Amino acid sequence: MEKTPHRKAANSIRPPATSIGVIGWMRANLFNGWLNSILTLVVGYLLLLTIPSFVKWAFINSNWFTTSEQCKAGSGACWSVITANIRFILFGFYPHQLQWRPLLAVLILILLLFFSQNRKYWKKSLAYVWLLGLFSMGLLLKGGLGLEVVDSDSWGGLPLTLLLSVFGLTAAYPFGVILALGRQSDMPVIKSFSVVYIELIRGVPLISMLFMSSVVFPLFLPEGVTFNKILRAQIAIILFTAAYIAEVVRGGLQGMNRGQYEAAESLGLNYFQAMRLIILPQALKIVIPPSMGILISAFKDTSLVVIIALYDLLKTTQTTLTDPKWMGFSAEAYLFVALIYFVCCYAMSNYSRRLEKELDTSL
Amino acid sequence: MDTTAPEKIPFLRDPAKLAILYQCLTILGVGLLSYYLIHNTLANLERQSISTGFGFFKKEAAFEIGEKLISYSAADSYSRALLVGFLNTLVVAFIGVVLTILFGTILGIARLSTNWLLAKLSAIYIEVFQDIPILLQLFFWYAFFYEMLPAPRLALNPIPGLFLCNRGLIFGLPQAHSAYFYAFVALGLACLMIFFLRKWAAKRQAATGQIFPIVKVSLALFIGFPLITWWLAGAPTAMNVPKLTGFNFQGGLSISPEFTALLLGLVLYTSAFVAEVVRAGIQSVGKGQKEAAMSIGLKPAHVLNLVILPQALRVIVPPLTSQMLNLTKNSSLAVAIGYPDFVSVAGTTINQTGQAIEGVALIMFVYLAFSLSTSALMNWYNKKIAIVER
Repeated sequence: MEKTPHRKAANSIRPPATSIGVIGWMRANLFNGWLNSILTLVVGYLLLLTIPSFVKWAFINSNWFTTSEQCKAGSGACWSVITANIRFILFGFYPHQLQWRPLLAVLILILLLFFSQNRKYWKKSLAYVWLLGLFSMGLLLKGGLGLEVVDSDSWGGLPLTLLLSVFGLTAAYPFGVILALGRQSDMPVIKSFSVVYIELIRGVPLISMLFMSSVVFPLFLPEGVTFNKILRAQIAIILFTAAYIAEVVRGGLQGMNRGQYEAAESLGLNYFQAMRLIILPQALKIVIPPSMGILISAFKDTSLVVIIALYDLLKTTQTTLTDPKWMGFSAEAYLFVALIYFVCCYAMSNYSRRLEKELDTSL
Repeated sequence: MDTTAPEKIPFLRDPAKLAILYQCLTILGVGLLSYYLIHNTLANLERQSISTGFGFFKKEAAFEIGEKLISYSAADSYSRALLVGFLNTLVVAFIGVVLTILFGTILGIARLSTNWLLAKLSAIYIEVFQDIPILLQLFFWYAFFYEMLPAPRLALNPIPGLFLCNRGLIFGLPQAHSAYFYAFVALGLACLMIFFLRKWAAKRQAATGQIFPIVKVSLALFIGFPLITWWLAGAPTAMNVPKLTGFNFQGGLSISPEFTALLLGLVLYTSAFVAEVVRAGIQSVGKGQKEAAMSIGLKPAHVLNLVILPQALRVIVPPLTSQMLNLTKNSSLAVAIGYPDFVSVAGTTINQTGQAIEGVALIMFVYLAFSLSTSALMNWYNKKIAIVER
């Protein structure tokens, strides 16, 4: 290598075929080193073993719109269990001819969520639109104002799942903020009440709260006063979620610069003014992404109401499966419900990741 | 105006006095609310003639429990039934935690692997299993055992000695022999020896600078000592292999479908979260740390042991503990698939005695005890590994 090659010649020499293109990519990402090569082969073999048979089961040999007898005769997946019972799975015992109402309510919610994800619309008016939307959803489900009244005992399916999680988070948020402020407070009584509440709730499983809502809440009320199961479960979910929100908000409050508190005080603002005008607007902005995380887990956790026999999405699916006609097709039905949950949670977690990047003002 | 005497602050402007006022109001509010609730509750209990207190502990439970670690029959007391449930919760939580840490760590490392296929597959796994409610996963695995697996006669036999069927998971065990007991004792002794050896080695290194090959010696002790004991005690190799007799298996260890489904669901779900924790921990250690450690001439094992792991663990351990607590709390969902854990037994107790408040309080107390003891342990550990700041 005494002679340095001409510039022109150097430019025209292509890299070896084994380090570019498909082969190069495979060498760099799949077969770099003997351990990785073995891993690739093992994983590839396992995939080859499972994927074709799954595709065959789920798509090629599957039944989509048949009766249960035809399903039992076939060898593939029986998606008919869903197509035949879709209205019951999605809406539960809601009166059949009125099911457009929960459908519309769910569509309104999806539309609202879709608009709210654009930060251009984050103004005060959006809050009013949300209030209006939530009110109209409630109206659609419950009836009244000219619509036929539907008793809340027959609410079920997807609207119930969404209702419990969205209303739960909305109502728990203010409560959680108050608890977080209480925990940060200098007043020993308020601080200790908040700490005890937060740690107590975070230490127990949601199911114990739900048990409490179904068997202990009725004992708390004076004689003759009862309120329905859904509301009781909703209260339990709110009480539970608030403790988690409080911890997230506390993170935001602690993340604030000390100077902000001091600046607010030196302006002569009292505690409430300082919180409302200076501290909370900034602290709550920091905690938007982790709050999404709480929304996701609240959404997943609402499925636990199955245990106290509320007809949410999971319970309606289970009920379908107890029908002798459709017994034995649990895999298909549960996969369908899992898909609904996955799509919702994935969209939310993706959005929260994007938001985290957009809102990150640090350098 | 007299400038020497401080201006009197009006009552409503004095933060110190206001603070006292607010606190008094809070105590009053909480007190009134609890008085109202307790008053209602007592009135309700009296009207429905439900007894209060934990007197029911000594009464006969009169229900069977399918799975138990200690002897129990329907004639035993409620307190014994609750103890059985508590032990069941402990077992599932303990095995679940061990398996989850193992599987979650592997998954987290695989997520960061340079192998594209492996990294992508782990990423998909983590995303999918995090986003499906744990209860749905439990139902799925439960249905998997009862609907999708064949009867014992056609049991799947993926590896010799292990059978999967709708009666659960059945596998062979070594035939009971005193050698195993001695080997187990030897294992405990080995752990003790390793503990003192490490202390001695660290002291010697601090004093003389000589490095003792502690990892190799520990490993040799840990494996070798029980193995030699087993060999000296007669080296029994007989296996208790399950055999199909009639409609079910005889022999071996059989684990119920409920337990297996619960364990599988909990481990697969929590592992996805643990994997993310582990990944974040590994990524939190800067590249410069590794390069610096290598450039001062440390061996790869030492780089990992002395530089990377201590820093990564500081990030990993707190969220890992909270995931372990989540697993323990989620094990209460056993009630939905019929595994008799503490919540399930307490639920049955509530139904039979009608003493809902005591039952729910017991459930809360047990899980609270788990959480508080874990966080106490956690705080101690955190203090121990915290960066010493001067």
